[in-house]
Amino acid sequence: MFFQHFTNGLTLGGIYALIALGYTMVYGILKFINFAHGDILMVGAYIGMFSFNFFRGDAPLGAWTFFSFVLAMIVSAAFCAFLGMFIERVAYKPLRHASRLAPLLSAIGVSFILSNGAAWLWGTQSKKFDYPFDNTPLMIGGVAITPHQILILVVSLILMVVLKLFVDRTRLGKAMRATSLDQDTALLMGINVNQVISLTFAIGSALAAIGGILIAFDYKCYPTLGMMTGLKAFVAAVAGGIGNITGAMLGGILLGLLETFGVAILGIPMGYKDTIAFAILILILLVKPEGLLGKREKEKV
Amino acid sequence: MSFFLLILIYTGIYALMAIGQNLITGYGGMLSLCQAGFYGIGAYATAILTVTFGWNFWATLPVAIGLSALFGLLIGLPTLRLNGDYLAIATLGFGEIVRNVLNNWVSLTNGPMGIQRIPMVEIFGFQINPYRKVAFAILVWVFVVALYFIFKRFAKCRLGRALMAISEDEIAAGSMGINVTIYKVVAFMLGASSAGLAGSFFAVYSLSVTPGSFQFMTSVLVLCMVVLGGMGNFKACILGAFIIQFISYLPQLLGVTNLVPAQAKQVFFGLILVVMMVWRPQGILGREKFTYVKKSAKGIQEG
Amino acid sequence: MLLETEKLTRIYGGVVAINDVDFHASEGLITGLIGPNGAGKTTLFNNMTGLDVPTRGKVFFEGNDITGKSAHEISRMGIARTFQNIRLFKEMSVIENVMIGRHFKVGNKDKGRFRQALKSYFFMSREERWIYDSAMEYLEFLELGKFANDDAKSLPYGHQRELEIARALATEPKLLFLDEPAAGMNPQETEHLMETIRRIRDKGISIVLIEHDMKLVMNICDEITVLSFGQKIAEGTPEEIQNNETVIEAYLGREEED
Repeated sequence: MFFQHFTNGLTLGGIYALIALGYTMVYGILKFINFAHGDILMVGAYIGMFSFNFFRGDAPLGAWTFFSFVLAMIVSAAFCAFLGMFIERVAYKPLRHASRLAPLLSAIGVSFILSNGAAWLWGTQSKKFDYPFDNTPLMIGGVAITPHQILILVVSLILMVVLKLFVDRTRLGKAMRATSLDQDTALLMGINVNQVISLTFAIGSALAAIGGILIAFDYKCYPTLGMMTGLKAFVAAVAGGIGNITGAMLGGILLGLLETFGVAILGIPMGYKDTIAFAILILILLVKPEGLLGKREKEKV
Repeated sequence: MSFFLLILIYTGIYALMAIGQNLITGYGGMLSLCQAGFYGIGAYATAILTVTFGWNFWATLPVAIGLSALFGLLIGLPTLRLNGDYLAIATLGFGEIVRNVLNNWVSLTNGPMGIQRIPMVEIFGFQINPYRKVAFAILVWVFVVALYFIFKRFAKCRLGRALMAISEDEIAAGSMGINVTIYKVVAFMLGASSAGLAGSFFAVYSLSVTPGSFQFMTSVLVLCMVVLGGMGNFKACILGAFIIQFISYLPQLLGVTNLVPAQAKQVFFGLILVVMMVWRPQGILGREKFTYVKKSAKGIQEG
Repeated sequence: MLLETEKLTRIYGGVVAINDVDFHASEGLITGLIGPNGAGKTTLFNNMTGLDVPTRGKVFFEGNDITGKSAHEISRMGIARTFQNIRLFKEMSVIENVMIGRHFKVGNKDKGRFRQALKSYFFMSREERWIYDSAMEYLEFLELGKFANDDAKSLPYGHQRELEIARALATEPKLLFLDEPAAGMNPQETEHLMETIRRIRDKGISIVLIEHDMKLVMNICDEITVLSFGQKIAEGTPEEIQNNETVIEAYLGREEED
């Protein structure tokens, strides 16, 4: 039973981790919480669902179904990448030198526009993602795991490894790390800071879109999907140490496990499942506000 | 006319929340996103105490205020010592948790069905029911005016000045002998309690409460009022409350409700936040400045 | 001894910013704290004023151990400071900045703070007038009275530094820390500042200052402590410091090169 919950928790955690990456990357560079991140995830889920249905058409189940699924993920990720960059350009960039409160307020406005815009366009009713493949659980050593869960684990693992390699090994990744350490110095070193910030939003939003699709076919698509999920992913980012990419992955998986075990083993009622993440947040802020892998930052005086 | 009174009553209820939000955000520079949560706590405190325990409405008011202040303390203490962004997330989470609890603690809150048949307010034997709109509007606005003067005075004396200093530079404020954490926590509690008060009035106006009334949307609406009117200006946030309420009811007023869905209005409110931040962060009226010269001149004359 | 540190050490993730520093400031004197950039002068200030917590060592003020106390507690005990990168309340008016400094100087200190806060709420106009008038005295002392109602951010740079001093003085300190008070000032302004610092000392307030302007330091300081790479390398009168071989090597020597 333990391994069963462990697998379920890991799957959930994989998704949280993907989304947490977006929060942590933006925070690392701009030192601000992108409240609209959760809503980008919701948009990603919708776009993914629509484009999957569009590509699949009436074709019978087969290789094309799988291909159109991959295509849908790419389309949704690309769409959200542009959406993320657009939002940054319009709503955050003009406020880069404003008071600390201004971009936060602007982000709340964007979040509100996205979630209500989605409800306006696509209705408040939740839509079920039509999962076409056989989803009979496989039994691996007494643990039931659905192909679904395998997909989630594989996709999130691949994306995390790719991101980690990108940030650690490539020139752009290096520029990103430099920008997050010191924007002014990075600018002096010839790094195009605006471009790096755009890129950060693009990557974070694309990852959120994939995360959104992965969630949506476990649950449903609905306009407020992004809020709770986004909030939890943020808790994951804080738990791992905000601004720290490895920390976000770790925090996401940890939160997924804690939530699953909290309900299954501690017997926390399902209705209160969402409170677990919040309790964890308060606990972290009390005990270790810099998170598991984060560094404590002190303002220079 | 009756429609105008409806707007006036809701403006009053929201103005109570906005005045609190202004103390927290406009003066304290803290971003709180759970006025709706405290609003819900106040509304349910009144609903449960009057319906289940048969209390008088007036006796529930201090409980509603105290309870929301207490919850403000519980969220404020762990988060306010840290970078301000954490408060935003913690309050966002708290607002959702309140709704979660209201929905799930069925034995106390009756779950998603909510609590009905809340007794009407009586004062000196005169019943102020929601159908006597003039009386109810007066009742609410008496409290709005009182709260306005109480909070404005707080902002104007050295307590508020200390709060403003903290919002500008916590390190410098601390070096001036100001206990930063206590001020932030107290301001946060005061702001929270004003939303609790608003909740009580909401309960006796709608005569029933359900968890659906206390969504995140409400918190954003209140924030929008403060930003639109002007942060750091209590008059401005009452104005903001009126404008937002007026826009909310405009489609009804014009009889075009089926043309403008509720979501469209909310998209518009979201736009207000972004547009105001980018083009006019000080809001319509801007921050209230206190000048001290006149006062001293008078002091010299008297002395 | 008014203020004393005992083997004060601060380590930031492996980097030793200050190492076993025994610093002291005597009552009624102006003590200079000098050293090359990165010597740990501001770190030492921060660790003595509660903005940072030392890794090891102790700080004593008037014989009381104040190590690890928070900034506001230390401020209320009678230590005030200014900042290297001016930290005024920029959106507030000049007089309001000084009024903030008067924050804890209201009413009878023997009564509880809560009662004081209530009193300030209910007897606002009387208290506010008192705060205003006393704050004005500090502004006049720094000759900034005519700017009282201007926004702090609109003041010229030199006046902003002076306003920070006025704000610090308003807390009625026994000891005043000045972190590079002359930075960015022209020679006339610096001259005027030296005069001001002497006037502050003559009011019986002891001063510790960090400064790179050697003319200022050698002119007005009674005692000087020299830091280099986080360690105290010398202390003494200006004459002693000027003739100290180690100091010349570590610090003054480099000045002569350019």
